[in-house]
Amino acid sequence: MKRDPGLYDYLPYTRRPKIEWPNGARVAFWVAPNIEFYELEPPKNPSRAAWARPAPDVLNYSYRDYGNRAGFWRMLEAMDRCGMRGSVSLNVALCEHHPEVIEACVERGWELYSHGTYNTRYTFGMSEAQERALIQDSIDAIRKASGQKLDGWLAPALTYTERTLDLVAEMGLSYVCDLFHDDQPGPVKTARGRLASVPYSLEMNDVIAYNVNLVSPRRYGEILRRQFDRLYAEGAESGTVMCIPLHPYLIGQPYRLKAFEDALAYITGHDKVWLATGREIARHFIDRYYHAFAQASHSVHDF
Amino acid sequence: MISDDYLEYPKRRYGMDHERYEWSILPRRAPISWPGGARVALWVTVSLQWFPLDMKGQPFKPPGALQTAYPDLRHYTLRDYGNRVGVFRVMQALERHGIRASAAMNAAVASRYPALLEEIVSKKWEVVAHGLDMDHLHYEGMKGEAELISEALRLLGEKATVRGWLSPAKSESHQTLDLLAEAGIEYVCDWVNDDMPYEIRAGGKTLHAMPHSADIDDVQILVANHHAEDDFRDALVDQFDLLHEESARHGGRILAISLHPWAIGQPYRIGALESALAHMMRHPGVWPATGAEILDAWKAQRAAQGNSTA
Repeated sequence: MKRDPGLYDYLPYTRRPKIEWPNGARVAFWVAPNIEFYELEPPKNPSRAAWARPAPDVLNYSYRDYGNRAGFWRMLEAMDRCGMRGSVSLNVALCEHHPEVIEACVERGWELYSHGTYNTRYTFGMSEAQERALIQDSIDAIRKASGQKLDGWLAPALTYTERTLDLVAEMGLSYVCDLFHDDQPGPVKTARGRLASVPYSLEMNDVIAYNVNLVSPRRYGEILRRQFDRLYAEGAESGTVMCIPLHPYLIGQPYRLKAFEDALAYITGHDKVWLATGREIARHFIDRYYHAFAQASHSVHDF
Repeated sequence: MISDDYLEYPKRRYGMDHERYEWSILPRRAPISWPGGARVALWVTVSLQWFPLDMKGQPFKPPGALQTAYPDLRHYTLRDYGNRVGVFRVMQALERHGIRASAAMNAAVASRYPALLEEIVSKKWEVVAHGLDMDHLHYEGMKGEAELISEALRLLGEKATVRGWLSPAKSESHQTLDLLAEAGIEYVCDWVNDDMPYEIRAGGKTLHAMPHSADIDDVQILVANHHAEDDFRDALVDQFDLLHEESARHGGRILAISLHPWAIGQPYRIGALESALAHMMRHPGVWPATGAEILDAWKAQRAAQGNSTA
């Protein structure tokens, strides 16, 4: 095992090349709904149990199924009302299980990127060949369902091997959402290819807010506004990124929707916000700043 | 090492990965209209629970379980507070608005406190079976599940008609639904994947899943999340407002409120429920009803629609 993932060099926040987003925007804002399929009784992975309770975990399975039956559609309406496209972090088996969900995303011009095959199949312990097969499955499924080239990766249930990001870059993807070390995009050091880290967020993620930090819906709305206000102010110096990662089974609960929608309307109502997708942010960064950021970074030497 | 069959997906297909129910999209179903043109059916469930002093917590401890070394008098009595005091405070809060609830009763509560069961029956509340007690969960590999169900239904059925079932901790074995259907149960409250009823297969029979909530629940919000009473009130109000608004476009909705008198029945908390109910009942088109009444109205609507959508 390594002491350092070796994925990025050090680059202090206030000593960087200036990022300019399109049309003078201060913040590149994106919304990343995690559209997931959890299996009722997945095969066992030695590193992680799929469910908290013994099978069949009716409560936790059905709670997540709510997202596809009900929550997604409510979230979709709220995003439509705010003119916000989604960048879908997709368990690609959902293309087969629930094609209606995929159609609704594609017809709105939403981006589909990969969150693995199922949220109950973990990457921990996979061989290189297995992991390549997993990534190829996503490339194929997303192209077949939407015609889109797969550009982004958020590891299924945030499970990895040491080679995950190397393989993702080698197989032609341009960005990852798995690194939480920054509020701006940055270069990821991979064996081949040019891979950008696009800031996603655990702090803004509804699953962390609601299932881990146990916040109330109105408090979540307040958190989103405060995060945005600060990134918007700082973005006057150099462009920042804000992401709201969502889970329709959580944010699509009736009592949670309005506080989210109000915050979304607040954010999208600002002048200098680029309402973007993950792919668009990655492309803009890679074309203009990847090299400059890599050049400015300080390599890190362990003691 | 992961074996290669970990990357095989035999149930990767259209719809669900099991046979219990069909995949169905909530806003694409034919709209339901409730009796009198109501927009929101208000379904209050009041869980009446008994946590035995010697509880084993198998295969896991349910929410509200006793916690200290034996004898855990503090949690035993705090839970029993709901049956002695809290439930009567909840009854008064509901009665003010003419709301009849569905009492999800552990059969042990009916057996130990027949006066409480009589009170509930006399108020024309529905009695939903909530298993035997909070230390008899239903789970895969358990012994005597059919007998446990029939014992619970026998104890509750002496003075009430029982049509619905809420498993303690919403925990089921693979057989639970089949056994419940066999025992004559019509609907279950364990699945939280929908805002409306739907059909669920149970052996050769059909049960209905009713949208009992895991979120709009006093124990979840006040005890598990440690939120204040005002946050609980806000959650109920926000849930109601959205469903009431949505019903104008998508047809009748159900607001399910799950209460536990040992939690919401505390003097400092009951006002939050009262405020939320006052907000709801000020609106036109709110139909307070029991689970069985809501299910009957839903089934009648569906029959009239020719069961055209799942």
